[in-house]
Amino acid sequence: MKTFKGRPVVPGKAKASALVSHGGFNTLASFQNALQFGDKTAKCGDQNNPDIYQQPMVDTALCLPQTIGSTTGGMVLYCAAAMERNPACMLFSKPIDSLAAAGAILADVWTDRNMPVIDNLGDEFLDYVKTGMTITVDEDGTVTVE
Amino acid sequence: MAIRLTAEQQAILDGKKGETMAKVMKTLVMYGEAFGATEMVPVTGEKGHLVTSFGLKVMNPVYDLMDQLIEAGALSSQKFSVDPKPLDKNVPANFLQKLIFNKFMYSKQASYDEQLRKMGLMNDNAYTCACYLDEINNTPKKGDVLSWAESSAVVFVNSVLGARCNRNSGIIELFGSIVGYVPKFGLLTDEGRKATWIVEVKTTSKPEAQVLGSAIGMKVMEDVPYIKGLTDFIGNELNDDAKAYLKDFGAATASNGAVGLYHIEGLTPEAVEQGEDIIAENPQVYVIDDAELKRVKDSYPCIWKDKNAKPKLCFIGCPHLSYAQLIQWTLDVENALKASGKSKVCIPTVFTTAPDVMDKFNKTEYAQRLKNTGVILSYICPLMYMNNPLCKSMPVITNSNKLRTYTTSRYYTSAEILEKITKGV
Repeated sequence: MKTFKGRPVVPGKAKASALVSHGGFNTLASFQNALQFGDKTAKCGDQNNPDIYQQPMVDTALCLPQTIGSTTGGMVLYCAAAMERNPACMLFSKPIDSLAAAGAILADVWTDRNMPVIDNLGDEFLDYVKTGMTITVDEDGTVTVE
Repeated sequence: MAIRLTAEQQAILDGKKGETMAKVMKTLVMYGEAFGATEMVPVTGEKGHLVTSFGLKVMNPVYDLMDQLIEAGALSSQKFSVDPKPLDKNVPANFLQKLIFNKFMYSKQASYDEQLRKMGLMNDNAYTCACYLDEINNTPKKGDVLSWAESSAVVFVNSVLGARCNRNSGIIELFGSIVGYVPKFGLLTDEGRKATWIVEVKTTSKPEAQVLGSAIGMKVMEDVPYIKGLTDFIGNELNDDAKAYLKDFGAATASNGAVGLYHIEGLTPEAVEQGEDIIAENPQVYVIDDAELKRVKDSYPCIWKDKNAKPKLCFIGCPHLSYAQLIQWTLDVENALKASGKSKVCIPTVFTTAPDVMDKFNKTEYAQRLKNTGVILSYICPLMYMNNPLCKSMPVITNSNKLRTYTTSRYYTSAEILEKITKGV
């Protein structure tokens, strides 16, 4: 077990199984199929991301460095939350990028979903965490990996 | 650190202009605070640009939000353009595709178009990702503060025009246009515009714009690169050719990575003004030679079921082609067909451009000449066209690295594409 401390961009509590993307997470490419074609498990559709391609993303603790790609990204994340196809929480090793922050904040202000978002967890966090590990997130940005 | 708001901004946040406007302001304030912004600054650009152009049935949360804004009178304070439409009856589609496009996928298109008009759309032609082209009448000035989205447009106006805009998400960009303020951080600040990478281009010939952009995007991610050596190939003047090259290059940096601003030594405005002073301390260095470009291009996966399938469709123009590119492609296709002894392209091919550019082009002799080659001219968004299960299994080729990234289309260089559509090899 190991504990990491980050900054809560959207504070909250969560406990979920880790899904780890070591490369940049392309929000549009990852979610577009899930949103369009009724995939309630939200399997990742990003062919360029071998870590999580075809892996279900719903209710996971999505661990990533940052998001990349189209500026529809935040809107896509907002829609995923409004349609209840979002991860349980999003855990960034680096400072959050503008698209992910927009999506996280839109989801927080304009939907009833609670999706804690923590950033600045550090490169060591992404080196340590593996897909399938259990993640616990606290309000103050503490992330426990076991 | 909390953002210091002016009395007017605080009043909006406190609900003096209604609950919906207060939530719009709250969203922008939270957004700014996530990046350490200390103030909200006025949007000084004349017009906005929105990324969301498609009436996708499953994106109901966005249309519900638009209704909520319109009903509350929270309209855009500036006119705006928007990304290309997802449908065009001129683009080849079989019966099943047309049924799915019109009756299922994009059944919200007409109602969303109406929402955009009510919100402040410039005009019914203002659907393009390349809204900064002269023909569209939405070209920002150097120093303008913008509230735009569309990754390829944001990186172009920041880098080539010297405007100031963050890589905003869809909806956030509209919120900035509604309240007329955006949080000041990132690419709106002098510090945020400094280059943290030096990219040295050491190729033996002019690098393919879309592969060079891809390589840089994948390497620097969201950072700002300062690129040396490129003017040896594209010159020191921001003419139509250089702008077209940088349009395609930038789109690849933004979609294969998350680049919102680049500087080209001796060419783009801030690099010309400030030289190497615009490079931050201790930059990282990335050297790009022929081998590196080949490595990057060879790394693109082909996810067609039959990797040797004959292409059924070819898209050229993601981002939308400029007027000069459209003419050049017309001449290139004509000449290549002549050389191969053919009169029509061998693969159904679609050139995409902005409606206003298309209108200009259609008034020239080139329009008929292009038609004679069998190429179809469209205002469609190829990316939206391909986002469905039928196109997913369709072998589509393109010279767009952005389209490759988001769809199952297969990337080829422009020269390779020209050979394929005119010789069928």
